[in-house]
Amino acid sequence: MSDKQLEIRGLRARIVGGEEILKGVDLVVPRGEVHALMGPNGSGKSTLAKVIAGDPQYEITAGDIVLEGQSILEMEPDERAREGLYLAFQYPVEVPGVSIANFLRLALNARREEGDEIGVMEFYKKLQRAVKELNWDDSIIERNLHEGFSGGEKKRSEILQLLVLEPRYAILDETDSGLDVDALKVVSQGVNAARGPNFGALVITHYQRLLNHIVPDRVHVMVNGRIVREGPKELAMELDQKGYEWIREAVGA
Amino acid sequence: MSDLHTDTTQAVHPDAAKLEGMEHAKQYEFKLAEDYFFKSDRGLTKRVVEQISYMKNEPEWMLKFRLRAFEIAEKKGRPKWGPDLSDLNFDDIFFYVRPNEKQGTAGSWDDIPEDVRKTYQRLGVPAAEQRALAGVGAQYESEMVYHKLKAEWEKLGVIFLDTDTGLKEHPELFKEHFATVIPPEDNYFAAVNSAVWSGGSFVYVPEGVHVEVPLQAYFLLNAENIGQFERTLIIGAPGSKFHYIEGCTAPAYTSNSFHSGVIEIVCQENSHVRYSTIQNWSHNVYNLVTQRAMVHEHASMGWLDGNLGSKVTMKYPSTYLVGEGAHGEVLSIAFATDGQHQDAGAKVIHVAPNTTSSVVSKSISKGTGRSSYRGLVQVHEGATNARSNVECDALLLDENARTDTFPYIEINEKTAHVGHEATVSKLDDEQIFYLMTRGLAEDAAMALIVRGFLDPVAKELPLEYAVELNRLIELEMEGSVG
Repeated sequence: MSDKQLEIRGLRARIVGGEEILKGVDLVVPRGEVHALMGPNGSGKSTLAKVIAGDPQYEITAGDIVLEGQSILEMEPDERAREGLYLAFQYPVEVPGVSIANFLRLALNARREEGDEIGVMEFYKKLQRAVKELNWDDSIIERNLHEGFSGGEKKRSEILQLLVLEPRYAILDETDSGLDVDALKVVSQGVNAARGPNFGALVITHYQRLLNHIVPDRVHVMVNGRIVREGPKELAMELDQKGYEWIREAVGA
Repeated sequence: MSDLHTDTTQAVHPDAAKLEGMEHAKQYEFKLAEDYFFKSDRGLTKRVVEQISYMKNEPEWMLKFRLRAFEIAEKKGRPKWGPDLSDLNFDDIFFYVRPNEKQGTAGSWDDIPEDVRKTYQRLGVPAAEQRALAGVGAQYESEMVYHKLKAEWEKLGVIFLDTDTGLKEHPELFKEHFATVIPPEDNYFAAVNSAVWSGGSFVYVPEGVHVEVPLQAYFLLNAENIGQFERTLIIGAPGSKFHYIEGCTAPAYTSNSFHSGVIEIVCQENSHVRYSTIQNWSHNVYNLVTQRAMVHEHASMGWLDGNLGSKVTMKYPSTYLVGEGAHGEVLSIAFATDGQHQDAGAKVIHVAPNTTSSVVSKSISKGTGRSSYRGLVQVHEGATNARSNVECDALLLDENARTDTFPYIEINEKTAHVGHEATVSKLDDEQIFYLMTRGLAEDAAMALIVRGFLDPVAKELPLEYAVELNRLIELEMEGSVG
């Protein structure tokens, strides 16, 4: 078995002191592949995303998350990020007074040794390339992080950060929600630009339409805190046609 | 036996201890060596005030002024409002320490506490500057940059001296403005400062002169200048424009636990004066400062006031808009950590018509720190169409941290427009988690949120100060994660 993968093993988790949401999730995303995670509202998809990233709101009661052979359960969210994990948030927060450029430079340097900080020119080149990839105006980098951003701009910023930080594995939590068709294309274009042998992604979505632009290698379906079905990209289309009721019935959930 | 605490005896007259005041001093007609080390008696007494004036070889009017101020302080007593000052015992304090170059005020470098020394190193403060900040000597007079600037300023007729030298070299100009903005009667601590003041800056920028490079007090920095009772007098002649910067973000260490400065600024017609200060006194210091500007017709005054260190700070830069169309602006930052109380704010007094003012205050409280905004906006009758806007934002980093707002507004003019806005926010867990998922450690994430909160004020600072401020906030936030 290859170590080059993100593996979720029998994961059970709940909001601290609350009811169990993840009830034994098993899932593997090999590096170099893009997988989709679909499922009805409330099935636990966003919880899984946050738990993988290390959100302290949740506690894990069983199972493991293994990043390239190493358990990350005991790691703080920032350590996980430095190990190459990235979460594109469904609802990115605003951080007033902090420009996107300054923030990303700090984030990049947090991944590097002290004394080996990224050069200013190198950084701006990288940032501008990413901005261009997303058909954005250069001035965006001087704006404060999500302050006064529309929903669509926030989602675009999440992908901008992904392109600059170049994680090995990314979880995209409903990056398509609230996007119009044009924005959806731009954001997908960004994700596709990141694709390659050194990038694995788990794309969480309700709908097939995102997957027309970001074509997944595999599709996982989550219902009631478990992965109930797994298959090739055609599974997404089937789901889209038949609806989630069909899956519920099929698995008796 | 001598009552003077001296480490050498050759420079002082053997009978110096018997001297009661200037009259006696003149009798002896001797001058003390410049590098003579002198420490007054402990406590604030008439005798100490006389000692100071004598040691400085001052004109008689100054001695009389000091003695009058001393009497006023005696009569007034300490303020009965504001932070707790009960631990501040004057009997423990040396009200005047004259350093020599070798010794400074603090004695030897080895006497400086380890944590203060470490912080200097972490901030990357050059060795010479470290020693000066710690009060163990060093002068900047040998610096090339300073010499070049000094020559330029002299050509423009700009006077930029330490206050003691200012009094000696420009007695007329000095006397004309000294204590006109803040008389000793003003408040208790101003009276104490008037009695025992030493050091500070004396600045005069002539009519119509614009000074491009900020006048930085650190150019005049020597151990005496960062003394406890500095007295700064700044005069902007009509149409002049300049920026004066005082202090430094590196912690100023003092073995003495009381700092009480007085800063007087005169903005004559059409002048534009900015005064910026970032103070970071070591956490044993009571920092009680009176700073005020008198702003005449169509002149403008801008304060940028940053308070990070000290045990207790009481500081409310005030602006008296006495000429028509005068403008005042205050940007204030306060950062209170464990055991600190930052009682800061601003006062704006609108006396003349068409005067405008704005106050932006940002305070942060961490651990058991407490920050208070204490502000006054006053519009006198006849100050028609005066406009003032006050905005104060507080950020709490911990459950135990505390913030208060005391905004006083007194309006006696119907046409005035006065606005006040206050917000209190807490550090948001979601923001911290978000930043951590991008690779920032928890304390770095918190520091970034704090920096962002301060950004509207910090961006008004010259770059090198903004950079230092950021580094300092990072240091303050380090180890703040339980």
